[in-house]
Amino acid sequence: MVDVSDVNYAVGGRPIFKGLTLTARRGRITAIMGPSGTGKTTLLRLITAQITADAGTVRVFGENVATLGSAAIYGLRRRMGMLFQNGALLTDLTVFENVAFPVREHTDLPEPLIRKLVLTKLQAVGLRGAAELMPSELSGGMARRVALARAIVMDPEVLVYDEPFVGLDPISLGVILRLIKQMNDALGITSIVVSHDVQELSTIADDSYLLSAGAVAAAGAPAQLRASDSPAVRQFMTGSAEGPVAFHYPAPDYVTQLLADD
Amino acid sequence: MTNGYMGEGIRRLGATAIFLGRLALQCVPACARPRLIVAQIYNTGARSLIIIMLSGLFVGMVLGLQGYDLLRRFGSEDVLGTAAALGLLRELGPVITALLFAGRAGTALTSEIGLMRATDQLTAMEIMAVDPLRYVAAPRFLGAIIAVPLLTAIFAIVGLFGAQLIGVQLMGIDPGAFWSQTQDAVELRDVREGLTKSLVFGIACALVAVYEGYNSEPTAAGVGLATTRTVVASSVLILLLDYVITAAFL
Repeated sequence: MVDVSDVNYAVGGRPIFKGLTLTARRGRITAIMGPSGTGKTTLLRLITAQITADAGTVRVFGENVATLGSAAIYGLRRRMGMLFQNGALLTDLTVFENVAFPVREHTDLPEPLIRKLVLTKLQAVGLRGAAELMPSELSGGMARRVALARAIVMDPEVLVYDEPFVGLDPISLGVILRLIKQMNDALGITSIVVSHDVQELSTIADDSYLLSAGAVAAAGAPAQLRASDSPAVRQFMTGSAEGPVAFHYPAPDYVTQLLADD
Repeated sequence: MTNGYMGEGIRRLGATAIFLGRLALQCVPACARPRLIVAQIYNTGARSLIIIMLSGLFVGMVLGLQGYDLLRRFGSEDVLGTAAALGLLRELGPVITALLFAGRAGTALTSEIGLMRATDQLTAMEIMAVDPLRYVAAPRFLGAIIAVPLLTAIFAIVGLFGAQLIGVQLMGIDPGAFWSQTQDAVELRDVREGLTKSLVFGIACALVAVYEGYNSEPTAAGVGLATTRTVVASSVLILLLDYVITAAFL
C-alpha cells in the first residue's frame, strides 16, 4: 500500500533521511518507532504528500506521489485518513460537524444519511453522546477519539496515526490502542502508527520499524526487535540512558566550561 | 544590510502577489458556499458596528466643532454640512473605517487563521483533501471586502449626523440651509470616490490579514508577530493607497 524506497530528505542542509526504505502492507498495522527528532512526523508528511523527497520514491497505492499534480494528490488523500497528535479538530465546529466535515465537502449526501453516518462513527469511538459539544469542551483523549471518527468517516484505505498516545492517561491510552486494533481488524484498514511508546505499540503492531539516524535501524515483528543485539535497538527498546544515543547534547568539556570565568 | 531588507521586502511583495492570485482563484468556488461568507460578514462586519458607529459619531462632532469655528471666521457657517459631508464621504469615512477595521477585524482574522495553522487545523483540512484557501481564507477575504464599504457608508452617515448635531442643534445653523447646501454640493463623483477607496482599502486590509495569518509561524510568538504586522502593514497601505486614489480622482 505504502512503499518508501531509498528516500533522502534534508531541511536547511541538515539531512533527516538518508536512504530510508520501508513498506506498509495491506491490512496490517505497521509501527514506526524511534527517538524524538528522528523524523517520524516528517515521514508521515512524505507519505501524505505534504512534502516531496529530495531523492528516492514514495509510492502510495502504487503511485509515485512526487509525480502527481495537486488534483491527483487530493484524490489520493481522499483514500487516506490521518490522526493528528492534538486531534486538529476545527475549533469553530461542533463534534458532530467536525465528523461531518469531510462528508459535506466531498459528497452531496442527503442530511438524514449524513446524520446516520456521523452517529455510527461517533458510536464506534464511544462519543455519540458528545455530538453537540464544542472541541474546547473535550479532554485530550476525547478530542483524539473524535479526530479518529473524523478520519474514518470517509472509509479510508490507509489510516496514518501521528503519536496517538502522547499525553494520554492510562485509560484513554488503552481506549485508543483498542480502537486502532479494532479499526484495523473490522474495517481492514492499513494502519501506519508513528510513536515512541514502544511497550504500547508492540502489543498491536504486526510489523515494526525502528528509525535511527535517518534510516531504518531494525525491522521485523516487535518480538524480533526486542531480541535484537544491536546496541542502538536495545537502548531504545529498554529505555536506557546508556548507549549510542547520548544523554548529553554535544557540549564543550564540563569542567573547562565551569572554570572558564575564573 | 539595506540590501537584505530590500530583498526581503521584494520577496514578501512577490509572495503576497502570488498568494492573492491563488486566493482569487479560490474565491470562485468559495461563492458556492454563501453561508460561510455571510458568517464572515457577520464576524468582521456586524461585530465592528459599535466601534465604527461610535467613532463615526465623534469624528462627525469634531468636524462640526472645528468646521463651525473655521467657517464662522468667513461668515459662511451654512456650508458646514457641505464641508462635513465631503470630508466624510471622500476622506475620513473610508480611511478611518479601514484603519479601525484593520485594528478590530484584521487582527482577529490574522490570529484566528494563525492559530488554526499552529494547531494543525489547516494541515488537517489539506489531508482531508479540502483546500484551506477555499474553505478558510477565501470566505474571510470576501466577507471583509463586502463588509468594509458597508461599514464606511454607515460611518459617513453617523458622522454627518454628528456634524449636524453640533452645527444645527448646538450652534444654531438653520437646518434647511444645512441640508440643502449639503444636497446641492455632494455629487455622485464624491460618492464614487469614497466607494472606490473603501473597496480598495477593504481588499488591502483583507489580503494583508489573511496572508499574515496563513503564513504566520505556527508558534505563540509567530502569531503575535503576524498580528502586529497586520496592523502596521494595513495602516501604511491604507494611507499610501489613499494618496494614490485621491490623486487619481482629482
